This record gives sequence, C-alpha cells and structure tokens, in this order.
Amino acid sequence: MAGELTISADGVRDAGRKPVGRTVWVSGPVVKAEVERAVFMGEQMEVGDERLIGEVIGVSGDQALLQVYEETEGLGPGRPVFSTGLPMFVTLGPGLVGSVFDGIQRPLYALEKAGPYISRGTKATPLDMEKRWHFAARKRTGEKIRAGEVLGVVQETSVIEHRVLVPPEVAGELASVAPEGDYTVGDVIATVRDEKTGKQTPLTMAHRWPVKRPRPYRNHLRPREPLVTGQRIFDLFFPLAKGGTAAIPGGFGTGKTVTQHQLSKWALADIIVFVGCGERGNEMAEVLLVFPELADPRTGRPLMEKTVLIGNTSNMPVAAREASIYTGITIAEYYRDMGYDVALMADSTSRWAEALREVSGRLEEMPAEEGFPAYLAARLAQFYERAGHVETLGGSNGSVTVIGAVSPAGGDFSEPVTQHTKRFTRCFWALDKDLAAARYFPAINYLESYSGYLDEVGEWWHREYGARWRDLRDEAMRLLQEDSRLQRIVRLIGEDALPDEQRLIIEGSRLLQEACLQQNANDPVDTFCAPEKQLALLGAVLHFVRRAEEIVKKGAPIHRVREMAVREEIVRAKEKIPNDKLELFKELTGRIDGEMDALYRDFRRVT
Amino acid sequence: MMRESGRFQCGLKSVSGALVFLEGGAGVSYGEMVEVIADGRVRPGRVLIAGRETVAIEVYEGTEGLSPSETRVRFLAHGLEVPVAEEMLGRTFDSFGRALDGGPEPLAREWRDVNGAAINPAMRAYPRDFLQTGISAIDGMNTLVRGQKLPIFSASGLPHNRLAAQIVRQAEVPGERAGFAVIFAIVGASRDVAEMFRRSVEESGALGRVAMFVNFADDPAVERLITPRTALTLAEHLAFDRAMHVLVVITDMTQYCEALREVASAKGEVPSRKGFPGYLYSDLASIYERAGRIRDREGSITQVPILTMPNDDITHPIPDLTGYITEGQIVLERELDRGDIYPPINVLPSLSRLMSDGIGQGRTRDDHAHLSNQLYSAYAYTRRIRMLAAIIGEEELSARDKMYLEFGRRFESEFVGQGAEENRSIEQTLDRGWEMLKLLPTADLTRVSEQEIAAHLK
Ligand SMILES: Nc1ncnc2c1ncn2[C@@H]1O[C@H](COP(=O)(O)OP(=O)(O)OP(=O)(O)O)[C@@H](O)[C@H]1O
Ligand SMILES: [Mg+2]
Repeated sequence: MAGELTISADGVRDAGRKPVGRTVWVSGPVVKAEVERAVFMGEQMEVGDERLIGEVIGVSGDQALLQVYEETEGLGPGRPVFSTGLPMFVTLGPGLVGSVFDGIQRPLYALEKAGPYISRGTKATPLDMEKRWHFAARKRTGEKIRAGEVLGVVQETSVIEHRVLVPPEVAGELASVAPEGDYTVGDVIATVRDEKTGKQTPLTMAHRWPVKRPRPYRNHLRPREPLVTGQRIFDLFFPLAKGGTAAIPGGFGTGKTVTQHQLSKWALADIIVFVGCGERGNEMAEVLLVFPELADPRTGRPLMEKTVLIGNTSNMPVAAREASIYTGITIAEYYRDMGYDVALMADSTSRWAEALREVSGRLEEMPAEEGFPAYLAARLAQFYERAGHVETLGGSNGSVTVIGAVSPAGGDFSEPVTQHTKRFTRCFWALDKDLAAARYFPAINYLESYSGYLDEVGEWWHREYGARWRDLRDEAMRLLQEDSRLQRIVRLIGEDALPDEQRLIIEGSRLLQEACLQQNANDPVDTFCAPEKQLALLGAVLHFVRRAEEIVKKGAPIHRVREMAVREEIVRAKEKIPNDKLELFKELTGRIDGEMDALYRDFRRVT
Repeated sequence: MMRESGRFQCGLKSVSGALVFLEGGAGVSYGEMVEVIADGRVRPGRVLIAGRETVAIEVYEGTEGLSPSETRVRFLAHGLEVPVAEEMLGRTFDSFGRALDGGPEPLAREWRDVNGAAINPAMRAYPRDFLQTGISAIDGMNTLVRGQKLPIFSASGLPHNRLAAQIVRQAEVPGERAGFAVIFAIVGASRDVAEMFRRSVEESGALGRVAMFVNFADDPAVERLITPRTALTLAEHLAFDRAMHVLVVITDMTQYCEALREVASAKGEVPSRKGFPGYLYSDLASIYERAGRIRDREGSITQVPILTMPNDDITHPIPDLTGYITEGQIVLERELDRGDIYPPINVLPSLSRLMSDGIGQGRTRDDHAHLSNQLYSAYAYTRRIRMLAAIIGEEELSARDKMYLEFGRRFESEFVGQGAEENRSIEQTLDRGWEMLKLLPTADLTRVSEQEIAAHLK
C-alpha cells in the first residue's frame, strides 16, 4: 500500500496501458464489464477509449459492475476497460487550498481549456504538477521518522503553512532529504528506509489516499472548544464544538445555503472545505465571486486562501456527486492531520443520498424506505464518524467539524435522510418554513433545535469570559419556552386578555428575538458578531427584561414599557454597534436604567 | 435528426410498453438515436440499454402497431440532435425542431445534442443584471435577473397561460432590445391553448424575436421529455454563440413531470414519492440548470418555467423539487384570483433569491431595495390585520390598522393588479409603489430612508 500512495511524476491517475477487459452492458452511469484479470471492490477503473473514470461496485466471477463518474452517452459494449490497481483515491499535497474541484477532484479551472462546458474524458491533474513550492525540511538524514510526522513545510498560501507529512503507513529511517529549495509536487524530497526490510520508499510532497478509508490518527479526543461562528443563534444558543457534527435540515428557501456560506465566511476555523453537492451552479459562481474578495475575520487575508471548494452541481454526473462528499472529507482529514481545525460544509447531503438511491435503482437493488437503499443509514454514519477532534499521528491536535445540510422532501423532517442524520449528528439546527416565509432570519426554530455540546463549550466560555454564558443562555431559553407556551393561549383569547406578568414574557421574548436571535446575513456590521458582543447584546436584552419585570410587578403599565425609546435602541444595537466598540453597550445599559428609573418615578407620582 | 445513413438491424426480440428490445451488438452505444421503421413509418427512438446480448430502445412516437418481425431499426451513431440557427426566431416547431408553421425546415448550420452539457461551475458568471417583464409584482417585488431560473407556481384554473403569454410579449432588457430573444416551450398543451399563445405573440408584433416549440397534449408522452431540451439547445446557441439575452418560458412543467412518470413506470422502474422516479430531481436539474451566464460571454439564458401544483399543494414533489433547484418562485394565489386581481401573484410566499444583487443604482433604481422591503412588510402586516378583522370585525380596528386595510386593497388592485396588456417600465412600477406608501402613516415607513421619503412622497 505504502508505495502506491506516492504519486508518479506526471501525477495522472495512471491506469495501465493495456485493457483488463471489455464492457458488455451500459445503462446510464452503470456499466458491466468482463475482465480477464481480478479487480477488487472499490477499485478505480477507466472505461472506454476516452478513459472515463469509474469505480468497481460489484464483482462476480469475471464480471465487474462499474459506476462511471462521467457522462456515458456514446459508450457501448465491447469497449476497453483499464484498471488502476488502486481504490478510488484523491491526491493530497500543496495546492489544494484555493482550488475548485469537481466530485472526482478534477480542478475545474484547469478544465477551462476544454471550453465552458464539462466535456467527457477531459483529464487534468488535481494538483499543478509544474508549480514549484519552497520546501524547508524539518528532519535530517539519518533521523528516525514515524507516519504523520512533519517532514518539512511549504507556505501554501499567505495564511496556510502546509506541513508535508510522512504519509500514514510509512516509517523508518530518513535515508535522504532534499535541501531547502523549490520543488514540484512530483519531485522526490526524501527517501525512507524501512528498518526491517531495508526497502526504500521515495516521498514527494504529495501522496494519494483512498477516499473511502478514514485517515488514521492516534487518539480520539473529546471536543473542548466551540467552533465560533459569529452567528448568535448558534454560538449563544446551539453551539457547535470543533470536531463536532451538525445537521441543518430545512425545506427549499429556508436558509441552508446562506447559513453554510455564513459559516464558511466567519467560522473561526483554519481551513474551510465547502462541498456543493448536487446544488446550483449559480451558487458556486457566487462563492467564486465573493470569497476571493472577502477578508477572513482573523487574518484579514482573502477567504479563498483558506478554502477548498468542491462543486458537483445538480446537472453534473450523479455518481460524481456521490464521490464529492468523500473527496471533501478526505481533504479535510488531511489538513486535520497537519494540526489544523477544519470545518467541512456539505450542501446538500440529501442530494448525495439521492445519488445513492439513483445508482442503487439502476442496480435493481431491493429498496428500503422511500426507495433509498438499505445501506443509507450506514453510509451516513460512516460519513459523520469522520468528524472529530483528534491527536494526530504526528502528535499535534487537529479537528474536522462536519456541517451537513439536509433537504427533506416537502420540508417534512420525518423522511429517512433527516431521521438518520439526526441519529449521527449532535447539533440539530432546524430551519423553519414559516419563519423563512415571514423573512425571519436565520429561520432557526429554537424549540426544535438542539446542541449536544453545551457542557463541552461551557468550559471554554467560562475560561474566556467568566461564567455568564450558560446562565444567560438558560435564562433566555426559559423566556422563549414560556413565551411559546403562552402563544398557544394567545391564539385562543388574544394577547390583551393575559395578565401583565405574562404579557411581559411575550414582550421580553419578542425583544429577544428581534434584538438578538435575528441576524441578517447581508448586514455589513451584523453579518459577524464577535463572542464578546454576543454576550453584551444578550446581557442588555435580559437586563431590560429583568428591570421591566421589576417595575411591572410594582404596577407599571406594560404598554409604557413597550413604548420606551431605549427598546428601539436595543433592537438596533446589533447593526449599529460594531464588534470593536463594545463600550457602547455600557452606555446602552445606562440608558436602560435611566429610562426604567424615570418610568418608575413617573408612575409612582401618578399613583 | 434524420440526416446521415446508419447501420440497419432487422427484427425485434420483443415489444413492451414504450420499449422495444432487440439483439445486442458491439456497434451500439448508450443514448444513441435510432429510427424504428415499420409500415413505411419512421419513429425516432433512443438506446436506453446498450448490451452485448440485448439492446433496449425507448420509442418516441409510441409502439402501437409494431410487429417484431416486420420492424427494422436504423442506428444513427449519435445522440438526439436538433437544428440550431438564429433564423429559427419567428417560427414554430415541434419537439424535434421540425417546422410546424407550414414554413420551410430550418436551414441549420449546426445540429446539437439536445441534452447539452453541464456548464463548468467555475466558468459561470454570477447573474446580476435586470430583466424587465413589465409586471410590477415581478419587477418590483421579485425581480428577475438575466441568468436566473424563476418558476411560476400556479394551480389549475388560474390564469398562468395569460401571464406566460404576457411575459413572452413584454419581456425585455431595457435599452438592449436588439439582442433579445424569447423561446417558448409549450409542453402538453391543447391545440386551442397553443393557438392562443401563437396568436397573442403574433398580434403583439413580438413574433420576430420569439421561437416556439410545441408539444400537443395528444402527442406521445415521451416527446414531452424532449420539448424543453430542444428549446434550451437553441437558447444555448443564441446566448453563448450569438451573444443574445434569451428568456426561455416553459409551460407546463407538471405535464413534463407526469410524462416522465409515465415513461418511467412503462419501463418498470422503482418509483419514489407519488410514483415519480427517484431521479426526478436530477432530471429537472438537467433542464433548470441550463439557465445562466458564462464568463467573458455576452449572452444569458433566463428561465421562467411554469407549473401547476396538483391540488394546490406546494409540498407536492413537482413544485417541491423545482423549488429546491430554482432561485426562488413566483406564487399565484386562488384567493386573489377570486378577487379578480390579475395577475394573482401573492408576493409574500414569492421570492427571487438573486434579486438583492441585481437591483439598485445602475441596475434598476437606488430606492428599489428599500421600497420593496417596505411594501413587503406593510403588506405582510395587512394580511395579519385582515385575519384579525375577520375575527373581531373591521369596525373594531384602530384607525391606523384601517389605513393598512385600505393600503392592502389598493396594493392588490393597483400595484399587483394590472391589465393583461399593460406593460409597466421599472420606473412606473417603483413610482406606483411609492403611491401606495402614501396611504400609510409616514412614521411607519421605517424601511425607507428619510431622504427617500423626502424625494418620493411629496
Ligand atoms: N441569515 C439570513 N439573512 C438574510 N437572508 C437570509 C438568511 N438566510 C436565508 N436568507 C434568505 O433566504 C433565501 C434562501 O436561502 P437559501 O438559499 O440559503 O435557502 P436553502 O435552504 O439553501 O434553499 P434550497 O434548499 O432551495 O437550496 C436567500 O436567498 C435569502 O434571501
Ligand atoms: Mg441551498
């Protein structure tokens, strides 16, 4: 295996020159072939004279069943089939960041030379084989090295130091290492001698990895830190941890993509892998327009310098859509192994599940629920299991956080993909059609959503900002829950019929939603809200509610509270007060107290 | 489509539903077009399974009357191709690009595969230029931009045909009339409706820039699967080779989807929701995703597919999967139609996802975003007040709320409502929006700026 992981100088997926068999049957992406030499399940193949990329998905006797990742029109029986001897793999090395790939890791910009349309059989190496990278070794000849250790570094972009790792399954004594200098990803930069066999393995800066095999690590660690997203509904209410998993289910137009774009833009992760899986071409175009211009909040550098995009839009071959998820997660694990915190977005996992269904249908497999194959749950589980906070083989800490959009048919969460996803993810961010229709954004239903990381990230908030977060959050959630209970009554008898304390709960919850939960992705200030500002804002809202409670208890009329000038100010604070002017919240609190005191005096005078 | 000679094969193994099976062979390829010849009649077909032992062919004009021993099949060695040429504007064709208007067959310089090819997503340009329909509820509230796909969700009995015809007549790129074309794909329509469309376009004098592709209700179902693709193949030629802005209107996508279901079940495929095949999403995407723009090329393809929601149900797979692919939707409402509002567009559930980047100064007008926002929120509030009024009675409402009711009535009849012949420029639409806002207390207009109020509310 180890030798096969290194890439050849031309970096092409080099199947043998001689065919191992011939096709006998073609229907859509599914091809049957008769092979003379044994092929194995999951082996990457090339089909026809155009050498379309395919994978073995069934073997019986001399018959192999292949799934082809490109259009098969024009393919028929009797065409040659070539074997690669390798499972479906991706090429990992410097140059991934900033790239845009299709589902089978063809670089979309390099395919441009074939014209504006994706044509069949177009080949391009995933990494630029000519580009020279400045490599500086971190190990010396004669040193013992283990798999996963940092062999040397390359500045991949201005913000990403690419740590060239000893590939998994390689270890021994460093027989040679290249002096600091400029090399291509195909150049040999070191050789490792196996101490037992004496066998020498040449290493380049890139290596291959089978996409369906999780990359190994030393230890699985408990998630400890939140993945700060700058979105209040998540950070304050349903936090995600680095190395955690989240599902975003929602009907069409509820905000899955906007949410994932927001997280890609603002989440404090080192690397973003965005997989556009069976979604819109125009959305990819938007990302490609915006990301190179937008500055990363931490480094100030263009977002593209920490992003890998994988775009297999809905009109591209369905089998490659299935592959895109694996390509994405393998690249994410690779940067995790360098000690980075990686966040992977998959938009949408439902389209991936449908790709499984489509191929399964062609194979005439027995369908389970709603035509999905029986192995749907297992595949989803395997995918989300690849998230995690780990100690890498090289001994550093890294994480892969996975955020999967789910597009339930008819917006109904009882369908199989949503239900299974719920079992394998710990955050559930439920998008709500009614909220979206009312232009209430983010349209997260706070009663249906949950996070399984409250305890883990609580320690972090405590460490960074003192104990307040969990208390504030619980207080706010209570308010929201009591409000929703009251709303059921309001629907029957109207709000005015409730006693003042109850109306205050409704009023408080309304303020909380308007001032804090709602967050417009397009607002220049509020698109990213720093954690300190989140706390200050929530603090101000709850302070207002508590003070109001006090004076309403003493008999102040509720409409006077509602009409306070400072209420409007609290609502506007999210868009008016920038992240670096938090002292303004002190003044705001001062004005809340001032107006409350005045109202109290005023009302005491009257009675 | 029927140009070169090909390889002949005599005799079928069997006939079953829309499929015929014959002896396999090395020369055949998946997706290849064939001609099924029997009784002097030639029916087009396509290879669905290319096997060494057996070949399965889908026959487009149905299999009635085919007898296995008396049938010959000619393999054409290419996919389904249709003619494309600028001269096709002003003409009417069937699903295969054959003249239906009695005129000569198009002198095509080129034949293209109807399935097209996926645009490389990295080669797309992000759509953000305005396309005017002359309809206020669309231009003002759910602006269509060039390269977008924005469907109309209708229901049986609603005037979507009238609306479709109006859009086809009126659509324009302000200031760029010369390079603008409309392609109208009519799927599964009765001869009456098709004739109505033709006449309406002809009378408006817009015929010269419109090409129509018609599939009649009594044509074989399987042909409906081709009509939109033939239309889009011409659209791609005009947009990306001839630098034109092309609007493609397709009606009725529900007929299309039902044909897809029929064909799938005839093939014995495992159905998914409501009997539709599991690949309905991918199939629809292969049509809708053909909208767009390409970097460094002038033209664009904008799509307005029209569909009728079975039982007015927006969660039905046809509108549902459409909504998952398109960039928003325009929703027609029965209640507005009953109130004699034409077009009965409910702006609240309607949405153009590309609007915000396609409007404003230099695109439409600087006040557009704020104004539409304000109209939206005032109308949303009006609808809530109406529900309240239905419970407690209109007289019980506050004076302010009564102003909203009046606003709502006028907004529906004068802003949303317009004549089927009335073509409003974007300025007229926006000015009319401000007229409506005059009905509300100025203090309530928090979504527009003070300067805008000063400039437009005098
Ligand atoms: N946080 C937000 N702030 C502002 N607008 C939003 C926000 N979230 C969603 N929207 C609005 O909702 C529209 C639809 O959102 P989005 O495209 O993310 O939906 P989706 O769930 O991905 O839909 P689909 O399943 O069809 O892809 C956006 O175009 C935008 O107008
Ligand atoms: Mg989306």
